[in-house]
Amino acid sequence: MRRFEMILPSSVDECVKALATHGAGAKTVAGGTDLLPQMKNGLVKPAVVVDLGGIAALKGVTNGAGLRVGACATARELELHPEVRKRYTALADGAALVGSVQVRNLATVGGNLCNAAPSADMAPPLMALEAEAVIAGPKGERRVPLSAFFTGVRQTAPPVPPEAGLYVSGGSYIRHTPRRELDIAVVGVASQVTVQNGRCVKARIALASVAPTPVHATAAERALEGQPLTPERIEQAAGLAVEAAKPISDQRGSADFRRHLVRVLTRRTLTAALARARA
Amino acid sequence: MPKQILSFTVNGDKVDLLVPPYVTLLDALRDEAGLTGPKEGCGTGDCGACTVHLDGKPVASCLVLALQARGRSVRTIEGLGTATALHPLQDAFVRHGVPQCGFCIPGVLMAAAALLEEHAAPTEEQIRYGIAGNLCRCTGYTKMVAAITEAAGMIKKGAAR
Repeated sequence: MRRFEMILPSSVDECVKALATHGAGAKTVAGGTDLLPQMKNGLVKPAVVVDLGGIAALKGVTNGAGLRVGACATARELELHPEVRKRYTALADGAALVGSVQVRNLATVGGNLCNAAPSADMAPPLMALEAEAVIAGPKGERRVPLSAFFTGVRQTAPPVPPEAGLYVSGGSYIRHTPRRELDIAVVGVASQVTVQNGRCVKARIALASVAPTPVHATAAERALEGQPLTPERIEQAAGLAVEAAKPISDQRGSADFRRHLVRVLTRRTLTAALARARA
Repeated sequence: MPKQILSFTVNGDKVDLLVPPYVTLLDALRDEAGLTGPKEGCGTGDCGACTVHLDGKPVASCLVLALQARGRSVRTIEGLGTATALHPLQDAFVRHGVPQCGFCIPGVLMAAAALLEEHAAPTEEQIRYGIAGNLCRCTGYTKMVAAITEAAGMIKKGAAR
């Protein structure tokens, strides 16, 4: 085997950081039954190997509301697990077919799936059971149905999809109240924006406490759609949102104050929604 | 690439080995710990000649990176029995004349020992399935099955005594 450095994380976070630091030169190893032959044959030449064996959260099989299979649960564990044999029998069948007992005691379900060989024995049972993969990355976790997990021969879905060409959404709700807690909104504004290639493809802004019912700020929404969400464009939309407000004056605030709040909170929630979409 | 300390238990003894990160458990056992019972046949987990127990379970040690065994317990053929006190499986293998070239035998014995720990009285099918991960180029499987069956009986009798 070519020389490499080994990193031994004890948590998913540490592992994600190590992978982010070392990029394409890093490989994770769980059971090693796919990776080691590939390394010995020179098919993969990692500079860094990250061992998942020390991460307790990835181990084991738990049965509660559905089955949770740790990425490092071994094929042998699934083959012998009483509940898997009884209620998820196809998975026990698939696990029992992986390699020999010496291989099944090492081979993991995460490795079988992430190696993404077209012949992976645990993939069809998990797809038939409508399993979801939980994928951790630098930007957090996401769940992907297994039917969308495999993207090609030895290729799988990324942790969080790249921004270019894909829709990303973010939202924010802020209300104004004299007290922080246990109070009733003088004005509330929720904004939800969807962005593609830097342009807003959809914007929804809803206002509370400025009309007999919660209302959409439709003119503001239309002003944003199709546009890049610059601070100037957001300010313009905030001004247009005021048009949707038909507030009354009462003990919690005057109509004028409420109109002012709509402008301010629309600007703030749109800015926050955009930041969250990009996060 | 600096070497790292691998602390683990081998055949019941606490052992510290200094190993580079890119060696397998098999190589560490053979080259650093001097335990040459486990053999390298294929190096890709197909032949079972490198079988050892890791935390009590049979594994292909050629597919395990040495540092992955940190803090864990490894048992090799050297820990199964001694020259003066053979394990019942070793005893049965000798009496049945199982070894021909002998290269696969340490791995077969470790697979069989794990099998008997799981099934005290295995059927022939369970035995054949249990050693399905061990290839014998001399094709001496029939005697293996007979010897394992007999060893299971010996262990059972020993336990009853």
